[in-house]
Formats: sequence, structure tokens, C-alpha cells
Amino acid sequence: MTAATATQRTGSRSRRWTLPAGALPAGLRRCAVPLALLVLWQASVGLGWISTRTIPSPSQILTAFWDLTVSGELAVHLLVSLGRVSAGLAIGVSVGTVCALIAGLSRRGEDALDALLQMLRTLPHLALVPLFILWFGIGETPKIALVALGTAFPIYLNLFAGIRTVDAKVVEAVSTLGLTRGEMIAQVILPGALPAFLTGLRYALGVAWLSLVVGEQINASSGIGYLAMTAREFLRTDVIIVALIVYAILGLLADLIVRVIERRALVWRPAFIKE
Amino acid sequence: MSHALSRIPASQSTIGKPVVSVRGLVRNFGNGNVLDGLSLDLQPGSFTALLGRSGCGKSTLLRTLAKLDPAPEGTVQLPDERAVVFQEPRLVPWMRVLRNVTLGLRRPDAEARGLAALAEVGLSHRANAWPLTLSGGEAQRAALARALVREPRLLLLDEPFAALDALTRMRMQGLVETLWRAHSPAVLLVTHDVDEALLLADRAVVMADGKIAADIPIPLARPRRHGDPGFIALRSRLLTELGVDEEHLAAREPQRTDARAAGARPGGYGLPAGAAAAPSL
Repeated sequence: MTAATATQRTGSRSRRWTLPAGALPAGLRRCAVPLALLVLWQASVGLGWISTRTIPSPSQILTAFWDLTVSGELAVHLLVSLGRVSAGLAIGVSVGTVCALIAGLSRRGEDALDALLQMLRTLPHLALVPLFILWFGIGETPKIALVALGTAFPIYLNLFAGIRTVDAKVVEAVSTLGLTRGEMIAQVILPGALPAFLTGLRYALGVAWLSLVVGEQINASSGIGYLAMTAREFLRTDVIIVALIVYAILGLLADLIVRVIERRALVWRPAFIKE
Repeated sequence: MSHALSRIPASQSTIGKPVVSVRGLVRNFGNGNVLDGLSLDLQPGSFTALLGRSGCGKSTLLRTLAKLDPAPEGTVQLPDERAVVFQEPRLVPWMRVLRNVTLGLRRPDAEARGLAALAEVGLSHRANAWPLTLSGGEAQRAALARALVREPRLLLLDEPFAALDALTRMRMQGLVETLWRAHSPAVLLVTHDVDEALLLADRAVVMADGKIAADIPIPLARPRRHGDPGFIALRSRLLTELGVDEEHLAAREPQRTDARAAGARPGGYGLPAGAAAAPSL
């Protein structure tokens, strides 16, 4: 997916294995199907084929979105959610990275950490919610801990694998050039593992939102999840959908950020090279 | 540009202390000795080709001289200034070509030296390129520049032309000979290709069963050509040492000759005599 997207963005001169896409600009091409579905949806609700109890029309959702924005309610909940995700991600990514460096760069580290983490990762982290409530209560801590736990594993697994699969032949050749171990790690091993780390980061972001959704539905008094839960009690499907859309937009933005990082950091890859 | 890189006078090449001295080297891989009491000296500035069947231990010897493999038994004396070029270019993909060349070079003028080395291999225009955008020949030239910039007294070449197409290979062979003449490192070239050995080397060392089976000087004038009588005579001798019966080979595999002339990757011993002229220098 990364390669295909990058190919489309770097234009026709880079390696293209997809079919030519005609004259429409890339952005519009990618939006065509979602837009068509949106039109169909509005028409279906407008014509009474679908009850607004089941799902409101896009225009009604937009109105709800507008009202929540103007009242400032959305911004408050959004900031709270963003704060939780950021804190959880920061902890999870840091822990995952440190563990991967320890296990990836030394055999003893691998012996100490890898088996344990491989066992723990098979545990669905969302199943720990009851335990987290008992441990951390119902404040911010269990929500942040849930995000941190969920994000540490994809970072660990990908970065560990990335460190271990850096081209051994290149490493061997570089080892004849007189680099110190520190230089070798900083200049060859870690940059070589960076693509895998970024893949891990993408997964981690996905998991982070998922963990947040679950975390915010347990005894929260703020956040996007709380917004959706209270809306359920008042049968406000439009607000629920606004919450869903906000989650989706946040996920999309996060993905976009990683993609921008990738394009800058992996500029040496043929798919990204513009000459 | 070569003035930036030191020259070792060619007169040193035949006299004095060897730059590499191996005595009684043994390397065991579990089922028998890959290197079995091997001894070898390389003189400064000499060009030695190391030939042998697959699995005879020639790559292990080269890796030992590159300090990539240990030498558990026996003595190995090496100069500190060593450089290796492998069959694959093995450039670091996330460093531009110049950075690859200067990697690990600890001197203030590293960049200037890197550029000089790239100029020598004819790759100045690609100094700022990413390695994955280079052609096979360009990447291998960058690998040569990376070795050259270290001013090696011992240059180890592990089948460096084997993965290249026939025309690129000929050009690279010419380039290596030029660079060797300009800088006079001791060169050890591991190759499967008898003709390559005869084109480039002063000395052909044939390995068998972990030992030196034959040590044959190649006193041919340069530039060398495949069709020269001396070349043909030495070629027969080397093929015999390698256990290849030329007439037998020609009778049984005539199609192989055609395939190789058309530029197929070398897999066995010997190019067809006269199929390719020596590269012009």
C-alpha cells in the first residue's frame, strides 16, 4: 500500500505497476467512491428509505457537527482524547523502542526480553480493561495505560525484526571499513531498521485509537468516547456518528503524519526518489 | 585526480618483505578442513589471482584475510590498510554514493578524497546519487572507489565482476588494472574465470582441498589478449591444474561457448579464446 501510494504521488516517472488512471488528479480519483456513497446515503435518508432513527443523513450529521463545534463542546472532548492518546503513545512507543533496542542489539537482551514479550503480545490488551480498572481506578491512568500497552507491542515487534533483518551483507562490508560499534549502530543498523519502525508506528497509531475508544467508554467524564456514550442515552445517532467521524479523521491524520515522516526519512528508496 | 592518493613505487613489487604472510592456516567447518595448513605470501604491489573449484576454500581464505573469518590455527600477518570488494556492491542504501565511499574514513579531507576516488572510477557525476538508483556496473565502481579511498596495501577482490554483464565486466577488468597500476596495492582476486586471471594477474594460485595446489607465474606482457600464444599456453595449464580437460569440455559442451560469448554469466572455467579482446586501457 505504501509503495502504491508513493508511486501515485511521485508521478509517472517512478516505477508504476498500476494501470494508468486517466486525466483526473490523484486526490479526486481516490475520493470518487466515498463521495458517491455519500450522495447515495443522503438520497436514501432523504427519500425515506432509511429511518433517521437508524442513521441520520449526512446533512443532519453535518449540522450536529457544526453545533458541537460552535458550542466548543467538541474541542474540549477532542483535546482530552488527544491528550490521552499522546500520553499513551509517548509511553508505549518509548517502552517498545527501548525494549527493541535492548533485545535487537544484544543476544543477552534478546534472551532476557524477547520470549517474555512474545508471550505477552498474544494477550489481547483490551481484555485487560477490568484488571486495569481494579489496578488504576477509573481516572486517566487506565485509559493512558491501555493506549501505552497496546502501542508498545507493534513498535517492539517491528523494530526488533527491523534491527535483526538489516542486510547482513551490507553490515559485513561496512564492518571492514573501520567503524566503531556505536557508529555502526547509529549509521547503519538503526537507519536500516527505520522502515520497519515506521511500519510499527503506523500499526501503533491504529491500536492507539482503538484503545482510546474502548478506554473512553469505561467511566469517562470527557473525551470523544464519552461524547458518544452520552449521545447513546439520548438516542442522538447524529452525535454518535460525529464521534465516529472524529475518530476516523484523527486516525487519518495520524496516518498522514507517518506518511510524511516516511517520505522524508526514506528518501533513499526508489519509490520515493524524484530526480 | 590520482595525485590525492598515494602511490607505492612499482619497484617495490618484487623485492622485500611480503605484505601478506600466511603460515599453516587451518579452518574447520565441522566436516573436514576447509583450509588445511595453507601457507601463502603476497608481495607488495603484486596482483595474484586465486582460482579453484567451488568449495575449495578460496572464499574462506579471502574472508580470513579480510578478518571477516577467524584464523583459529596458524599465523596470518596482514597490513592494517586493507579493503575488500565483494561480488555484490554492498553499498549502504540510505547513504549517498559519496558518503558510502568516505564511510569510516577519519581524516579532515575525507570528502575531497572520496570525490577524487569517485573521479578515478569515472563516477563523479553520481557522487550525490542514492545507491539504489545506480546500475550494477556503477554500483560496483562505487564499491571500488570505497576500497580505493582507503589507500589499501592489500586489496581483496571476491569475484567482483561475476554478477556483471559481459561488456561491463570487460570495462571493470580494465578499470581494476588501471587502478592497480596507479596505486600498486597487493591485489588478491578470487575468481572462477581463468581468462580473467590471465588478463589481470602476475601470478595464479590454484587451491584444492584447502591448500595451494599450484602457484603459477604469469609473465605475460600487458595489455594482454586472449589469442596470444603465451596466453593460450598458460590457459591450458591453468585449466589442467583445475582438473578441466579442455578438449573434453569443448566436445561435450559446444553450446556453452556460444552462450558465454553472448554475455552469459560465467559459471565455470574459461572463456572461449578470442571471443573477447582485452579491454583497451
